[in-house]
Amino acid sequence: MNPTVAVGAPDSPPRTRSTRTRHGTAVLIFVVPFGLLFALFYAIPIGYAVVQSLYVVKRTGTFGPAHQVFGGLAQYQRVFSDSPFWHSVARVLLFGVVQVPVMLGLALLLALILDSGLIRGKRFYRLAFFLPYAVPGVVAAIMWGYLYSPNLSPFTAVTSNVDLLSADLVLWAMANVVTWVYVGYNMLIIYSALLAIPTDIYEAARLDGAGQFRVAWSIKIPLVLPAIVLTTVFSVIGTLQLLAEPQVFRSFSSAVSSTYTPNLTVYSTSSVPNFNLAAAFSVVLAVATFILSFSILKFTQRRGIQ
Amino acid sequence: MSAPAAPAVRASILSRAGATLVLLMFTVYFLVPLWWLFVGATKNQGQFAGGNALWFDHFQFGTNISKLMSYNDGIFWRWMLNSIAYTVGAAALGTLFAGMCGYALAKYRFPGRETLFNIVLGGVLVPATALALPLFLIFSKFHAANTFWAVFIPSLVNPFGVYLARVYAAASVPEDLLEAARIDGSGEVRTFFTISSRLMAPAFVTIFLFHFVAVWNNFLLPLIMLGNEKLFPVTLGLYAWNSQVDQRPELRGLVLVGALVSILPMIVAFIFLQRFWRSGLGTGSIK
Repeated sequence: MNPTVAVGAPDSPPRTRSTRTRHGTAVLIFVVPFGLLFALFYAIPIGYAVVQSLYVVKRTGTFGPAHQVFGGLAQYQRVFSDSPFWHSVARVLLFGVVQVPVMLGLALLLALILDSGLIRGKRFYRLAFFLPYAVPGVVAAIMWGYLYSPNLSPFTAVTSNVDLLSADLVLWAMANVVTWVYVGYNMLIIYSALLAIPTDIYEAARLDGAGQFRVAWSIKIPLVLPAIVLTTVFSVIGTLQLLAEPQVFRSFSSAVSSTYTPNLTVYSTSSVPNFNLAAAFSVVLAVATFILSFSILKFTQRRGIQ
Repeated sequence: MSAPAAPAVRASILSRAGATLVLLMFTVYFLVPLWWLFVGATKNQGQFAGGNALWFDHFQFGTNISKLMSYNDGIFWRWMLNSIAYTVGAAALGTLFAGMCGYALAKYRFPGRETLFNIVLGGVLVPATALALPLFLIFSKFHAANTFWAVFIPSLVNPFGVYLARVYAAASVPEDLLEAARIDGSGEVRTFFTISSRLMAPAFVTIFLFHFVAVWNNFLLPLIMLGNEKLFPVTLGLYAWNSQVDQRPELRGLVLVGALVSILPMIVAFIFLQRFWRSGLGTGSIK
């Protein structure tokens, strides 16, 4: 699943009245369908990937049949010495460091303007900003690919002077596609959090003579920080998983290689096919994603944001 | 803003104008590409790059649609139907399962509850791509990789839906109501379907919508799983066409028309379901 949203930290579940298990059968009926599917199609595949990553393929003789033997951490050694993979990791990190703040900054700005009471036609703007989220990443990438291509684009004034699909710029051309799709979605989350703020807080601030900017900066932003943290975590996960956009852009630009992003590396390695190495790549990627998203959550918790 | 002084009025007019200007600029940014796609899809296929790209010219949307419909024995419509089958089924069942599990986590105490919840939360952070490859290997073992079910069944699992359902059930289903239903002799499962599920309806709608979009947009899992183009969802089909444009230039126009047709149902749905997005998202933000 794509990273989806909502806001609010995991809080401790409410206590119910009984301390022992009651209604055991009902609980089973409620939990088993999801639990079983989760175990079979989430937990077991992850375990299976770890197991696969510990094997290597050996051949008896040059043309003999291939068979898998336990190889310990051999695949991980290859992962850690694979420089195109680490280049791709560095590339998506650079992408994320620039694109995530820009996207969330825009989302926050638009949400604050919508919530400021300064404009008419809120419903229209909300819908206009949110509509790109209805466009699947693949379709958005195809559409923007046409808009960027010098011989196809309607905006020839730009595309004939600047090659947006060149090696230098294609990463940022993709960043624009991702931003275009997700700003409205993130804006809606932040906007919903803004709507949940009780309005009497603003009344008090207004009586104290605080203007719009002051209210936004000192009251609204601190109160919606949990929403921003959550959108950050989901955006970071999304960035590390970048796949559809670069995969589509390969047919528009020769600058996008088959190892352009970590996920593309996983995909290309598995279509070689070298499943064991691909499994090791995905395990490393999953662990890195976990560490990164947990550190963001922990960091913000320590700063008292959540 | 009662009885504002004159300078405050001027400032307020300025900030109104500024705010409106910013929003209008972004409206152009978000909507112009979609408008271009719409206009481009109505043009003669040789001309969509020439002329005024943002206005109609040799309007022939009908011809383009019938070309799209007939190309390769109407494979495009098959892809659309596939997408609908994958998405509607997976989102409906997935929402039900996630809703029941989240409800149980919120309303009952049972051994392993905390562990289950933490594992599910961990599942939210697992990148979907770390799953696609092992899923392919497992389905291959059972000779089921290149089938409808290989994409459909894994799409049913929605850990984030469980989280949302738990938060919402805890806040919106009162304990007293469940006690009252018990005293009236209603079984727990019946209470869930007749009473609690109604109270949780806004959360269900939100979970369904997010799940729907996630499955509709899913690209990697079908890309890895499916070799038979008759099983492709529309995203994968358009991707496949777009990669063949160099060999088959006639596909260039079809990709554009297909891209437009593939997003129209979602855009219509977004316009009509607007209020649900908001109400549901709001629930997530109030703890």
